[in-house]
Amino acid sequence: MFSGFMMNTWIAATIVAIIAGMVGFFAVLRGSTFAAHAIPNGAFAGAAGASLLGISTLTGLAVFSVAGALGIGALGRRTRHDVATALALVLMLGLGALFVSVSSQYAQETYSLLFGEVFGISPDELLPIAGLAVLSVAAIVVVFRPLMLSSAMPEVAEARGVSTQRIEITFLLIMALATSMTVPVVGALLMFSLMIGPAAAARSFTSRPGLAIALSVAFGLVTVWTGIAISYETNWPLGFFVGVLGAVFYLVGRAWAGARRTRTVRAGRVPAAVTA
Amino acid sequence: MSSVGHLFSYIAAPGLLSSGPVRIAALVGAVVAITSGTVGVFTVTRGQSFAGHSLADVATTGGSGAFLIGLNQFWGFLVFGVGAAAFLEIIGVQRRRGRDVATGVVLGAALGVAALFLYLGSVTTSTTGASFTVLFGSIFVIAPSTVPVLVASGVIAVIVVVVLSRVLLLSSLSPDIAAARGVPVRLVGATYLMALAVSVSLAAVAIGAVLSTALLIGPAATALRVARGPERAMATSAVIGVIATWLGIILAYDSYYWPPRGHGWPVSFFIVAFVAVFYLLTYLRRPSRRGRAQAAAGPSSPRGPRGPKGPAEQAGPGERACSAAS
Repeated sequence: MFSGFMMNTWIAATIVAIIAGMVGFFAVLRGSTFAAHAIPNGAFAGAAGASLLGISTLTGLAVFSVAGALGIGALGRRTRHDVATALALVLMLGLGALFVSVSSQYAQETYSLLFGEVFGISPDELLPIAGLAVLSVAAIVVVFRPLMLSSAMPEVAEARGVSTQRIEITFLLIMALATSMTVPVVGALLMFSLMIGPAAAARSFTSRPGLAIALSVAFGLVTVWTGIAISYETNWPLGFFVGVLGAVFYLVGRAWAGARRTRTVRAGRVPAAVTA
Repeated sequence: MSSVGHLFSYIAAPGLLSSGPVRIAALVGAVVAITSGTVGVFTVTRGQSFAGHSLADVATTGGSGAFLIGLNQFWGFLVFGVGAAAFLEIIGVQRRRGRDVATGVVLGAALGVAALFLYLGSVTTSTTGASFTVLFGSIFVIAPSTVPVLVASGVIAVIVVVVLSRVLLLSSLSPDIAAARGVPVRLVGATYLMALAVSVSLAAVAIGAVLSTALLIGPAATALRVARGPERAMATSAVIGVIATWLGIILAYDSYYWPPRGHGWPVSFFIVAFVAVFYLLTYLRRPSRRGRAQAAAGPSSPRGPRGPKGPAEQAGPGERACSAAS
């Protein structure tokens, strides 16, 4: 399980889990769950297009995920956010359907782009993944304070001169960056589970941002490590374990939060959550 | 309309209307477009685009499960779609905050299970094309025996939504007033979610789970930009959906004669392209300050079909809705 080619898998999966945990925390906090689903999925179309043109998959993923992020940002300014996201998503997926069907022998590749091919990572793929990872972490660190403020209290951020619009675009671009590196590893559909499940669970356990990010990363790591180990033994797809473990973490988090609420009756929190 | 007919003689490849699969595709496509268009108006109004899309993806899981045990895919789509809708209702799709996260977790788990089903399918039957068919659909290979079921469930979903439309609109725009008037808001919401699940399963069979979102959201969002009142919006949305679907089918049929030769382009691509073009056209037509002001007003004021409108908008969109609906 820890032989030469598997080391690449472990390293790549670890990087992916860390990034997904960090970006996912903000995605959950901001309520950009749909964007977290749409950008990786749309990026899949870019990968299909890249393999059609014979250029590097990473380039295709990067171009499409950035285009998707900008598209959601631009459309979202004019219409409701979820509608903008849905339209950007289907547009990119429509192109993806075209790319995949024009090159008829890509059925297997479609599957691996959607559901990941974590056991096929070569050493020279690791370097760009690590580079993009460092870049996304650095970006998050740089914009951490305004991003945190505008996610938690948009009105206060606006009043302090933080442009919500600009933060939104910045965040979507960070997500795009993270996506283009993770899609080849865990696949478009499962990148989403990895971003949402651990982060949502972490938020149920604590309301302190630093701790929540750390927990989110930790849950993500446990998810992928367990997933890889079981997947290696059973030969079942990693995506299955990532998706299910993410849901398990979330349910445990909800149960824990529920239990805590009944123990210490915090009347203030419940109505706030309902009316917001 | 006449221009479409005129165009038709140019763009339709020979033998289009005499082909059996194309006839079925045109019929089913129209049913799907009308159902999705009608139901979609309220999906957009209620801000449930993500739920709609998730139901389609969860239905994918059902589709691949049905593939695995050799059932007709439609039943897999329907069972999983309706089941997921019930689950979403239980965990609270009606709450604004937190529901996206809950939806996302359900979606993530379902996608994981889909990965497993497709993997098992490829192991047991050694066909790798299943994932593509399930996700992107295959409107030209619908079995004639499924058509009555498809049509029947579409009709049921449309009837439910049309009958409920006034109540739905009220409970979507202001749940408190609706509740004060004695509307069972939660029951109405649950019923609507079921109709949504049925229509999404339909669309998933026809143009694929992933792209069924296009027919659900695109025409409805377009219609809500140009039409007034729920009835007009539903009619406009359905018409736009049908036009996009039929044009998509025609072009996909034609595309067998395009490069690369002997291999058609996917219907889904054309349908999505037309849906997107229609939506973007509404911006070209009316780049008014009003639209931007409304968007700035935030998601709490959805582009509802009601409310005072500026005089500049009154003439344009109304006339357009009438011409599209007739």
